[in-house]
Amino acid sequence: MDRAEIASTIKRTEFLQMYYYLRLTRSLEDRISALYRQGRIVGGCYTSHGMEAIAVGYASALERDDVIAPFHRDMGAFLIRGITPGEVLAQYFGKRTGPTKGKDGNVHMGDLKRGIIGFVSHLADNLPVATGAALAFKIRGERRVVFTGTGDGGTSRGDFHEAMNFASVRKLPVVFFCNNNQYAYSTPLRLQMAISDVVDRAKAYGMPGEIVDGNDVALVFLAAKRAIARARAGEGPTFLEFKTMRMHGHSEHDAAKYVPRELLEEWKKKDPILKAEQRLIELGYADEASFHEVGLRVQKEIEAGLAFAEQSPLPEGKEVLEGVFASPEEVEP
Amino acid sequence: MSTGTASKEVTYLEAISQALDEEMTRDERVFLMGEDIGVYGGAFKITEGFLDKYGEWRVLDTPLSESGFVGAAIGAAMMGLRPVVEMQFADFISCAFDQITEVAATNHYRWGAPVPMVIRAPFGGGVHGGPFHSECPEGWFFHSPGLKLVAPSTPYDAKGLLKAAIRDPNPVIYFEHKFLYRRIKGVLPREDYIVPIGKADIKRPGTDLSVITYGAMVHLALEAAQQLATEGIEMEVVDLRSLMPLDKDTIYSSVRKTGKAIMVHEDNKTGGIGAELAALLAEDCFDSLDGPILRIAAPDTPVPFSAPLEEFFLPKTSDIVAAARKLAAY
Repeated sequence: MDRAEIASTIKRTEFLQMYYYLRLTRSLEDRISALYRQGRIVGGCYTSHGMEAIAVGYASALERDDVIAPFHRDMGAFLIRGITPGEVLAQYFGKRTGPTKGKDGNVHMGDLKRGIIGFVSHLADNLPVATGAALAFKIRGERRVVFTGTGDGGTSRGDFHEAMNFASVRKLPVVFFCNNNQYAYSTPLRLQMAISDVVDRAKAYGMPGEIVDGNDVALVFLAAKRAIARARAGEGPTFLEFKTMRMHGHSEHDAAKYVPRELLEEWKKKDPILKAEQRLIELGYADEASFHEVGLRVQKEIEAGLAFAEQSPLPEGKEVLEGVFASPEEVEP
Repeated sequence: MSTGTASKEVTYLEAISQALDEEMTRDERVFLMGEDIGVYGGAFKITEGFLDKYGEWRVLDTPLSESGFVGAAIGAAMMGLRPVVEMQFADFISCAFDQITEVAATNHYRWGAPVPMVIRAPFGGGVHGGPFHSECPEGWFFHSPGLKLVAPSTPYDAKGLLKAAIRDPNPVIYFEHKFLYRRIKGVLPREDYIVPIGKADIKRPGTDLSVITYGAMVHLALEAAQQLATEGIEMEVVDLRSLMPLDKDTIYSSVRKTGKAIMVHEDNKTGGIGAELAALLAEDCFDSLDGPILRIAAPDTPVPFSAPLEEFFLPKTSDIVAAARKLAAY
């Protein structure tokens, strides 16, 4: 896609906003990794390092009333939907001010008010759930759309198949994506599936599919916009395969020695932040000085968030017993 | 139990249909999903005529995808609808185990979003269904915090508990016993009513011992109680109705009164609900017990097909009578 085409479809403010979220995601997750290495964060620590453009691109393409059912490399989407860096850090610290009040950890964050369906570790479980949210919109005749996805490994699970099939049969307003970062923990794509493009799977569901450069936020945004428009128009689901590379281990404890160094070197050149900066300069939307300013701004926000998270209280042990069941007033308007 | 004013007897199956129909009319958020529930009206014809009445977006025939449509029900419930999904047979619920136990059951606890949905699960044996059309899978879910489980034994309870399940803000698995569908009849009230979840029911009062059971076994227990009465043994029949949460007050007051307890279920013995009840009684009612806590349950095997095998497998009235005589002698 050439410069003129992008300039005519992505407004300057939109692109600058996406750039800000790319930087915020990168800096926040870099800080989380550092806190993990310092032993200040325990448990799983899953980052989207080098893959930030996917979540930032698709979440930017959605409207306020839409819903996301993300997976664990989608930090940018959480931030765009309104989860603050402070809340993210509180969640990682197991504080009561995190979105799960310490009940769950790391990227397992959900909040219906912000249109986020929480994620469970069982990959692809969220796809049928997202399909059901889309079904609710269809039944009520609403124009809302659900955006959901998983990794390349997640597409091997039955729930991926069951969701894609059901959504397509009923032409539900949902967009499915695959973050194809080439590794599911240590398992490379060639041991995960006998095809090289995950998008081939869409054909079996009678669903249009598209391969997208997952490291180019402009292309992710535009592909997401097209798929969302299709879903909103009642034409049914689309499958987007975002090609990318996982630049860190599965979790921060994992040195990922099973990934060839050359592969990482090659993908480092395709870094999504560098790519966005090139685009912004080409388009005349921003310059180096403004990039620096964004960097300072996100650092400030992360410091403030960290202070909030550190000062937040931990839950009391006895709170473990709260919330197993919902009470009637929680579901009545 | 209320008797109401209506005169026509309805079957257990009709009571379930009535509950669905009335709830769908009362609340437009209620909708149904499952395999063959639309045009065909469901494998047991519970939803016959529903498609014409409510249309294809409230009575959805789904692909053969238990995990897919249970997951979809979870998503729809979170968005404000009230899905009721049908397992064609409770046996197939294993295909949706992950969505039920990991997503539906934990969702509210983890991040506060309620999942008001119902899974109807036609369960139990005695219908020559073989290993995969006869199972009692309630034990798996009894061990998963966040789920409510109910298992009615009469048309009155079937209707009232299904209505309560649909109105509950939590995921409820509704175990309906296939053997009772057309065998058990009752007169239902004309007016709207619910049977509250978490309340057991004394189906027959007695003073000498308590039998605690649910589902089709309630009827065996009632037969046994009738026989025992001719011998001068008065057995109280406690119908749990709700398996989760358990109505400990009713269970404990019955056992404290009689001092003796027999647990009966059709599910396998080991790790079944009877085991939990026995443990609860040992912990909380030890001082009131005048005899050992007994369990009558299916053996630890899959459900067999051939008639003599299945007959051997299922608990029988005579098993309850024999156990009650033994216990009454203490």
